Amino acid sequence: MWQHVLTIFIASALINNFVFSRYLGLCIFFGVTKKMETAVGMSFTFTMVMMIGAALNWLIYTYVMIPFQLGFLKIVIFIGVVAAFVQAADTVMKKIAPALYYKLGIYLALIVTNCIILAVPIINAEENYNFFESIALALGSGLGFSLALIIMASIREKLELADVPKSFQGLPISFVLTGLIALAFLGFSGMITL
Amino acid sequence: MFEQITQMLMNAFSHMLGAYLNKLAPMVGVGESAEAVEYVAPQIIYTGLIVLAALGIVFGIALAIVAARFVVKVDPKVEQVRETLPGANCGACGFAGCMGYAEAVVGNPDVAVSMCAPGKAPVAEKIAQITGKAAGKVDPKIARVFCQGGRSKSQRKFIYTGVMDCTAAVLAAGGDKSCEYGCLGYATCMRACPFDAIRMSEDSLPIISKEKCTACGKCVAACPKQVIELGLMSKAVVISCHSRDKGLDVKKKCQVGCIACGICVRTCPVDAIKIDNNLARIDHSKCITCGLCVKKCPTNAIHDYLLPRPKASIDPAKCVGIDVCAKVCPVNAISGDVRSLHKVDQTKCIGCGMCEARCPKKAITMVPAAGSAAGKTSEKEMAAV
Repeated sequence: MWQHVLTIFIASALINNFVFSRYLGLCIFFGVTKKMETAVGMSFTFTMVMMIGAALNWLIYTYVMIPFQLGFLKIVIFIGVVAAFVQAADTVMKKIAPALYYKLGIYLALIVTNCIILAVPIINAEENYNFFESIALALGSGLGFSLALIIMASIREKLELADVPKSFQGLPISFVLTGLIALAFLGFSGMITL
Repeated sequence: MFEQITQMLMNAFSHMLGAYLNKLAPMVGVGESAEAVEYVAPQIIYTGLIVLAALGIVFGIALAIVAARFVVKVDPKVEQVRETLPGANCGACGFAGCMGYAEAVVGNPDVAVSMCAPGKAPVAEKIAQITGKAAGKVDPKIARVFCQGGRSKSQRKFIYTGVMDCTAAVLAAGGDKSCEYGCLGYATCMRACPFDAIRMSEDSLPIISKEKCTACGKCVAACPKQVIELGLMSKAVVISCHSRDKGLDVKKKCQVGCIACGICVRTCPVDAIKIDNNLARIDHSKCITCGLCVKKCPTNAIHDYLLPRPKASIDPAKCVGIDVCAKVCPVNAISGDVRSLHKVDQTKCIGCGMCEARCPKKAITMVPAAGSAAGKTSEKEMAAV
């Protein structure tokens, strides 16, 4: 079983990287990668929310939704759970760690409506993963997203000095870059066969 | 009777809902999941509704408890101050953004209300009102460029064709300008300015708008040559050169550099100018902005931001002929016999204002010049360079 957990972890971080091979979470990806500082802050917050959100959703899915045959309400309930949890985290953080709140608080609001946060519990539910597999998928996806953010931020900081044609400046060249990195990530495919 | 009708309505409703959901099921992909539901029994709808409602109530109560338990008391003054601040988050106050300053100024009695450089006096007054602190006098600052050697007036060491940015240009042997203290002219400061107050002149020098500049200091930090400094708006006579080269070298590299000849030092009526390391600097705490040094400087390295200067005018009703003005005038523009009306020669007057300051009867006023062509720079550029 642990081998399977490790496989899921590596596969979700590299082979099925959410940004570069599933093309999810692109709005945050382009939004926060202008500066390394915001990218790192977002990575950290995102991974934490992803882990806790996946654990909560797994509990509710296994112990509430399956017994009541409510699988078809996945989207509604998962969004509700994540939103409630993030709101609570926001309030608690403001009180307990104000410094952390001012650094990471702005990302929390962005995360609520992120599609990767929703995609992970849905994948967990549809694949019928157990608790550890769900956590492995969440951690892997979080780290994979962090990796994508940090790679992109470091390139875009260098890009500021590059002589980019006017029509390609800003978002267009970032999309071109993302495509190139995605091609590079294709190299991971086949590393592990699930 | 009533019960029967209710029963009927209930049955009809649940049938309709069930039929609707069944129709919907293939479309929304309900049947795909592990516990495939082909026919949605009314019972599931009820459990679904109950579970969703229960979850909603649980989350609602949990959030309410969390909010009550972890409530952070925010002083309403902080929010008021934050709304007053310009919100550029420039950091000129020394705090992390406008919110940081708002909290500090409300919470800490030692933090002054006048620290917001972009907001200047009006914002300081409003913050003083909100926090109940003394406003203090704010002498507004402005960014000043200490270089006048644009492309036409200075030499280049080599032809630079790299990235059009000063930070990048400096990496190539300190930039292409032969004067190592001067402005490179690749507009890094213009791009750094959050208030759109800097534009580049045709001669590749930054022009700072007097109206838009808030003295936030972003350009000062951005300039790799440290050629921009913050100065007081009121001290408008500035030696616009940073070159510490010897006079002869300055002359070779730039037509408008300070050659440390010392004429301004001798001219200054209040001894405000000192030469240090081959560069004349004005002590702005002494300077009275009379503008005499501007006229005398052989290389025009001193810039007068007050141009066009006003002209002195004597009120005949008040003048009793004390003659102090004529004695004090550095350019002998005032003439007249003792105990009779004095006259100002408008062509000679340089608008230094020394006579106005000395007249015991307050008979002299400085009248703003009508035509702005008198000065060596026009009104628009003076706001700027």
